[in-house]
Amino acid sequence: MYPAQFDYRRAGSVDEALSLLQENEDAKLMAGGHSLIPMMKLRLAQPPVVIDIGRLDELKGISEAGGSVRVGSLTTHADIAASDVLAAHCPVLAEAAGHIGDAQVRNRGTIGGNIAHADPGSDIPPVLVLLGASVHLQSPSGTRSVAAGDFFQDLLMTDVGEDEILTHVDAPALGAGTGAAYLKFEHPASGYAVVGAAAAVTVQGGRCTGAGLVVGGVSATPTTVDVSSLVGTDLSDDAIAAAASGLDAEDPIGDIFASGDYRVHVGKVYGKRALAAARDRA
Amino acid sequence: MARVLGTSIKRREDPALITGRGKYTDDLKAEGMAHAAIVRSPYAHARIRGIDTSGAEALPGVLAVLTARDVAAAGIPGVVPVGWLLPDLKTPAHPMIAADTVRHVGDAVAVVVAADRYLARDAAERVAVDYEPLDAVADVVAALEDDAPAVHEEAPGNVAFDWEIGERESVDAAFASAAHTVELDLRNNRLIPHAIEPRAVLASYDSSTGEMTIHMTSQNPHVHRLLMTLASLGMPEHKVRIVAPEVGGGFGSKIHHYADEAIVGLCSMKLDRPVKWTATRTETNLTDAHGRDHSTRCALALDADGRITGLRVDTAAAMGAYLSTFAPAVPTYLYGTLMSGQYDIPAIHCHVTGVFTHTTPVDAYRGAGRPEATYVVERLMHLAGEATGLGPVEVRRRNFVSPDAFPYQTQVALAYDSGNYGPAMDRALEMIGYDDLRSQQASRRDNGGKQIGIGFSSYIEACGLAPSAVVGSLGAQAGQWESADVRVHPTASVTVYTGSSSHGQGHETTFSQIVADRLGIEPEAVEVIHGDTDLVQFGMGTYGSRSAAVGGSAIARSVDKIIEKGKKIAAHLLEASADDLEYEDGNFRVAGSPDRSLGLGDVALQAYLAHNYPDDLEPGLSATSFYDPANFTYPFGTHVCVVEVDTETGSIELLRYAAVDDVGNVINPMIVDGQLHGGLAQGIGQALWENAVYDDSGQLVSGSLMDYAVPKIHNLIPFELDRTTTPCPHNPLGVKGVGEAGAIASPAAVVNAVVDALSPFGISHIDMPLTPEKVWRAVNS
Ligand SMILES: Cc1cc2nc3c(=O)[nH]c(=O)nc-3n(C[C@H](O)[C@H](O)[C@H](O)COP(=O)(O)OP(=O)(O)OC[C@H]3O[C@@H](n4cnc5c(N)ncnc54)[C@H](O)[C@@H]3O)c2cc1C
Repeated sequence: MYPAQFDYRRAGSVDEALSLLQENEDAKLMAGGHSLIPMMKLRLAQPPVVIDIGRLDELKGISEAGGSVRVGSLTTHADIAASDVLAAHCPVLAEAAGHIGDAQVRNRGTIGGNIAHADPGSDIPPVLVLLGASVHLQSPSGTRSVAAGDFFQDLLMTDVGEDEILTHVDAPALGAGTGAAYLKFEHPASGYAVVGAAAAVTVQGGRCTGAGLVVGGVSATPTTVDVSSLVGTDLSDDAIAAAASGLDAEDPIGDIFASGDYRVHVGKVYGKRALAAARDRA
Repeated sequence: MARVLGTSIKRREDPALITGRGKYTDDLKAEGMAHAAIVRSPYAHARIRGIDTSGAEALPGVLAVLTARDVAAAGIPGVVPVGWLLPDLKTPAHPMIAADTVRHVGDAVAVVVAADRYLARDAAERVAVDYEPLDAVADVVAALEDDAPAVHEEAPGNVAFDWEIGERESVDAAFASAAHTVELDLRNNRLIPHAIEPRAVLASYDSSTGEMTIHMTSQNPHVHRLLMTLASLGMPEHKVRIVAPEVGGGFGSKIHHYADEAIVGLCSMKLDRPVKWTATRTETNLTDAHGRDHSTRCALALDADGRITGLRVDTAAAMGAYLSTFAPAVPTYLYGTLMSGQYDIPAIHCHVTGVFTHTTPVDAYRGAGRPEATYVVERLMHLAGEATGLGPVEVRRRNFVSPDAFPYQTQVALAYDSGNYGPAMDRALEMIGYDDLRSQQASRRDNGGKQIGIGFSSYIEACGLAPSAVVGSLGAQAGQWESADVRVHPTASVTVYTGSSSHGQGHETTFSQIVADRLGIEPEAVEVIHGDTDLVQFGMGTYGSRSAAVGGSAIARSVDKIIEKGKKIAAHLLEASADDLEYEDGNFRVAGSPDRSLGLGDVALQAYLAHNYPDDLEPGLSATSFYDPANFTYPFGTHVCVVEVDTETGSIELLRYAAVDDVGNVINPMIVDGQLHGGLAQGIGQALWENAVYDDSGQLVSGSLMDYAVPKIHNLIPFELDRTTTPCPHNPLGVKGVGEAGAIASPAAVVNAVVDALSPFGISHIDMPLTPEKVWRAVNS
């Protein structure tokens, strides 16, 4: 496990990181390094220059304002899992972050790196898509934001441009009457999600007024399941099972541990269980 | 003095290890040290048309690039030998570096030596090998088919050996008249050992003396020295010193002699400077000998009372691309001989075909043959419980060798010296609350949803390898005794030189307890030296749960000799007759005259100050023993596993695991429990998660820890352990060995539990590992 030769640069600010990105062709940003370094050690990635943004405090932290939570891209999984702000306003994100890897991984890995890397077995992407979060990017030419649902494009491919840095994620806080849950079917070797189901339901006066289900691990990008049939129901187990069984993936991914068909099946089961858990929390 | 045998004193090894001060091979540095990177075949089978090393050689800092040509030019034997022969065994040569054909992914084709390890890797990528890919076969059953690609010309049909034990005719007769028969086709999944520390070597050759010191990850330095000098490097044995520093686990994988260590030795000789190589995790997975990989058809015949009348086993056992050090012994003498289990079986026949495949060689891995045998016997016993209606407990009880039948001669060569199987089963049932569990299971079955299952494994193992005459007659090229040199210093502290080389087991603690107990001194006064061929007289090493039973017994013998010698010295000093002297609690006493005594310290000091000794008394107080056991030892026990199966997804949750083991007398209960915990983790890992998977072209698709699931702590549950104690009758300590018991017993217990949970679905077998998808498919088919 020896990476190829590379140069190491440490950025002191977002602006410096952006100009380093421009100056060095094929350079890679490094946040927690927990996806990048393994790729480099396997020589699957051989960037000539690594730009360390890990110490940019301006990109760290969690806050809430006006019904929306903001998470800086360099916030670690451990900080997200332990956040009081998220516990109060968006506990499902903290729940998912708590499922990532082990303590060491959570202490180093960041939300920005996690979604920029876009592994189909990552725990964060389906939750962000479920929440309708927006991902914020900065480049020398300005800033822009993109809906989480559009951000993930394919296996390990996202909307981050070569000259861009992911600065933060905004997600709407969960309102009263809304419950959400993230359920993970863990790969016994990698610890990533074989299937990760993120669900939310809103209940008012005993009736469902809104529901969402997004399943990770089944396809290259998070799969949104149409569970609108739940709106207006009392969220019975049967109604939930029927809604979750709508999970469909055209070209499900598979490996030696779990085939595509099986992932779709587990996605339905975990989708059902996540919806039921969300209902019980609403 | 309080007794120290049987007490859980803390491991003296741990302070250094857990504070990061342990020195492993890769921590060592030598003046002028260079680094090797080995170029490996990406193909499972290919002809080498040519190798262009110029691109690598052109990189500044590259010191040498060697290929098979350089091995030939060095005029050395240059091969990796097999150390265990069977009748008609095919032994095609295993060259250190492949010359014209590669036979598995990871086969060495060249080595690069450079100033640093990064450069060595970069250069290795620039060695251009022109391969002509050939058809490959990775599967043990497919390799036996008529049109299978041949791994070696010398082995037609890919058969390495054809071996049998027992009597086919009497088994046929038993089946012909059986009231019940059960049969099973099963796979014993291929495993990768995964020692946390990868294999590593630092070879330092000095042309001025012609000597080479090799620090390496070894479970048996003397065996490595012998094979390395004799078959690979062709150096005189006395010019080679092998040292095993701290070794971070082995599980068998560091017993064997590999090409890589020999290659690095050759590099050091060529360059006349120290060369280091440490396997990457990927290399570890491609080159450490794998374990298991059997395909087996087996059947059991029983009479109307549920008594076993016959057992038939036919196994194809993968050898991989070459015969590794002990490979032929594992699926034969460590497998077929165990087929009687804990049971009185009047007729047994076991036939094994050793099969070459285009894969990493297969050899001993924790349990080595005995887990595979236990799995066959205990899976069949589960089915027999169902077929006879007796259930898993009663069918076992009815067939246990009865306690008054020992020594018990099995139909498969082994003679069990001792045993008492019923009480271990009783205790296991009591611990687990068996009747309660069965009623919980019944109500789950009525209500649907997650199902629970209870699985048993009543195992036997033969360990304490090994009575040399027995293994010699069975084909071993070496005896398997162990040596110990125990030296009492003038101040009565003691140094032990043992041939049993520790790689995590806690020998230093355990062996110091043996000496302290026998000599009546504090364990802190005993130092234990191992793992260095220049310091230790000779040794067979650590494997086969042999260290306490064989290495420990050698130490006990030496201590006894020291006491006898001490009596003579004390008799001289006390002007008494040696016959009248007794030794107790560190004192030599004249029987009947309590005031006439001398402490060990007085005697030890006088042993070295000796100046007026009679002619027949030599100075000094030390003794060497080469202890050769009279028989194997036979630990046994009953394990019970309770699982919950989510039939909707096929996921399995471990609920309980109770193990009652009889490992004879226990020296350090904490260490014994620790060995069981580790073995259980690996056995449960085999049952549920671990699997070395090759695709049809011979690529190892589970070659990384992202795909190969080694059990992690959160996958496991607290184990419930207890013991019965039936001391080994033939060694001085009454100990039997515990290193492998957990890995031997547990796969069958887990699989039996899952199959028990799923019996309402008509499921009688699922092959390991029981991944959720396999379970789900079985439930839905
Ligand atoms: C042993 C192990 C287990 C793991 N288990 C899980 C798991 O169970 N679930 C899970 O979801 N993940 C898991 N991970 C991945 C973990 O979450 C990583 O931390 C994460 O995927 C990457 O985050 P990072 O900060 O380490 O990013 P890095 O490795 O530093 O970067 C990853 C990629 O993102 C880019 N990047 C990073 N930050 C930015 C930014 N601000 N702007 C633009 N691009 C950026 C980098 O250039 C690189 O391409 C595991 C990782 C390991 C090593």
